[in-house]
Amino acid sequence: MSSYLLGRLASLILSLIVASIVIFLVLEVVPGDPAQFMLGLNASPDTLAALREQLGLNAPAWTRYITWVLGMLHGDLGISYTYRTPVSELVLQRLGVSLPLALLSLFLTMLIAFPAGILAAARRNSKTDLVVTGITQLGVAVPNFWFAMLLVLVFSVSLRWFTAGGFPGWDQGFWLGLRALTLPAIALALPQASILARVMRSSLLDTLEEDYIRTARAHGLSRSATLWRHAVRNALIPVLTIIGLQFAFLLAGGIIIENVFFLPGLGRLIFQGITQRDLIVVKSVVMLLVFAVILVNFLVDLSYILVDPRLRRR
Amino acid sequence: MSEIVIASPDAPRGTLLRTALRSPSFVIGALITLLFIAMALLSFVWTPYPFAAQDIPHKLRGLSAEHWFGTDQYGRDVFSQILVGARTSISVALIAVGLGIGVGVPLGLWAAARRGSLLDEIIMRLNDLVFAFPALLIAILITSVFGPSATNAIIAIGIFNIPVFARLTRAAALSLWTRDFILAARVAGKGAVRISLEHILPNILNTLVVQITIQFSLGILAEAALAYVGLGAQPPTPSWGKMLADAQTLISLAPHLALIPGLCIVFTVLGLNLVGDGLRDIFDPRLQRSRR
Repeated sequence: MSSYLLGRLASLILSLIVASIVIFLVLEVVPGDPAQFMLGLNASPDTLAALREQLGLNAPAWTRYITWVLGMLHGDLGISYTYRTPVSELVLQRLGVSLPLALLSLFLTMLIAFPAGILAAARRNSKTDLVVTGITQLGVAVPNFWFAMLLVLVFSVSLRWFTAGGFPGWDQGFWLGLRALTLPAIALALPQASILARVMRSSLLDTLEEDYIRTARAHGLSRSATLWRHAVRNALIPVLTIIGLQFAFLLAGGIIIENVFFLPGLGRLIFQGITQRDLIVVKSVVMLLVFAVILVNFLVDLSYILVDPRLRRR
Repeated sequence: MSEIVIASPDAPRGTLLRTALRSPSFVIGALITLLFIAMALLSFVWTPYPFAAQDIPHKLRGLSAEHWFGTDQYGRDVFSQILVGARTSISVALIAVGLGIGVGVPLGLWAAARRGSLLDEIIMRLNDLVFAFPALLIAILITSVFGPSATNAIIAIGIFNIPVFARLTRAAALSLWTRDFILAARVAGKGAVRISLEHILPNILNTLVVQITIQFSLGILAEAALAYVGLGAQPPTPSWGKMLADAQTLISLAPHLALIPGLCIVFTVLGLNLVGDGLRDIFDPRLQRSRR
């Protein structure tokens, strides 16, 4: 087990290093000078040169890379060119929207997908199965931002149950904040729930055909006991992988939904950073999100050990 | 999702079409897909109105005999835009998938031929790395760094198709390399390249075709998302995603502007997915029996 852990840890660190180099290089070739952007077109060459020096833009690329990485290791993500505040502060602020949104939509995703997937697999070929398969087939095909627009049309414009966008801030009260995140979370959750329900169903169908299931039934275990005690547990491994990927996707993939609902989350931060050439924000936040994705996948790998006792004995 | 279907090399080929026509999901999916391809092709030779022609006095009209899908805020004919939009969607997704196949499949074949070597390890680790990046985020990054355009959208979507095909090809090829007929080919003195091209590739085509339909549909969704945030095809080229973005502020005034392009995306993606599901069942009858 420890060699398994060490191997995973090594590949985690290697991935992070390569990822940081890739992100750094991509943003190296961005056209446009951040100093020029900050000062406008009328800036004098002297001021520009001074600002470039101050931002450390004159140093060779590898020095800037090392400074950036070392800074991040100390929790220093740099200072935003446009906001003039530390990026780490911006990130913490925005995480207050993105993280609850991701968690809420992941919760909704599982709330829909588990019962739907298990029910469909347990009653294979029944009407229930057909309905679940049909709806999930449709759900996979719906772009989440379009679904979001429809939700706004129905629940904000017509019924007026929710606001069409914006975020009041958690200091305005928990319920107001939750209310602002409900429609975005549903919009994000529907396609994800469809994917997860399909994975749950097919994984459970595969498991139900295993010999040990027949053995359990032959031993006189009831159908539902076999299902819950043996089949569902064993079917969870691929499901966990997908949940991990989905959480990572929801954290980063909220970028479009955040734009639909004008939510001040991480995605919008990156988006604004790109349009305003606030490259340090883009660089650090993208790196953070990639780190989150890699970390989540790592944790998913570890969770296999919990689900699958065979891995513990290695 | 990560299901890998291995075709048996001796599957009868002649009956394939007949089996296909008996699968309802394949038939329905194929009809929908063909309809949208036909629409895209039609747009080259005919649209009811020039797609960019403005007609302000007739703006925001609902569905009518003159304008089947109504008009937008500049009085442009929505049906004409949908037709040309189908062309944009399909071509971006098609080329992006082509990029994924063109690079991913050779890499996968190569890795499988040298299984266990350093090269195999490097290729697979690079694949893992691409998977670790949040795809949409990086696509947005790429298109904004190199400028928003259909070409850059293709590259951004295509890059994430590479590891999908590399992984799938490698996994499917690996199991073939242990088979007797490959051993026979090696005994006959064929090199790794010839075996990969003459024996491995034809036998994993089924698996690849199923994945192609899936990636194609994901490509259409990705193109729509990029166009929606303004990073896909640029005006005046119509695109379904762009039409949705324009419709957003008008949603209470003219809901059809948001409904029609959205439904087009949903149906195209649904059609492709149904074709994929149908093909999977056709190529692997064992699966069909156990699933249905």
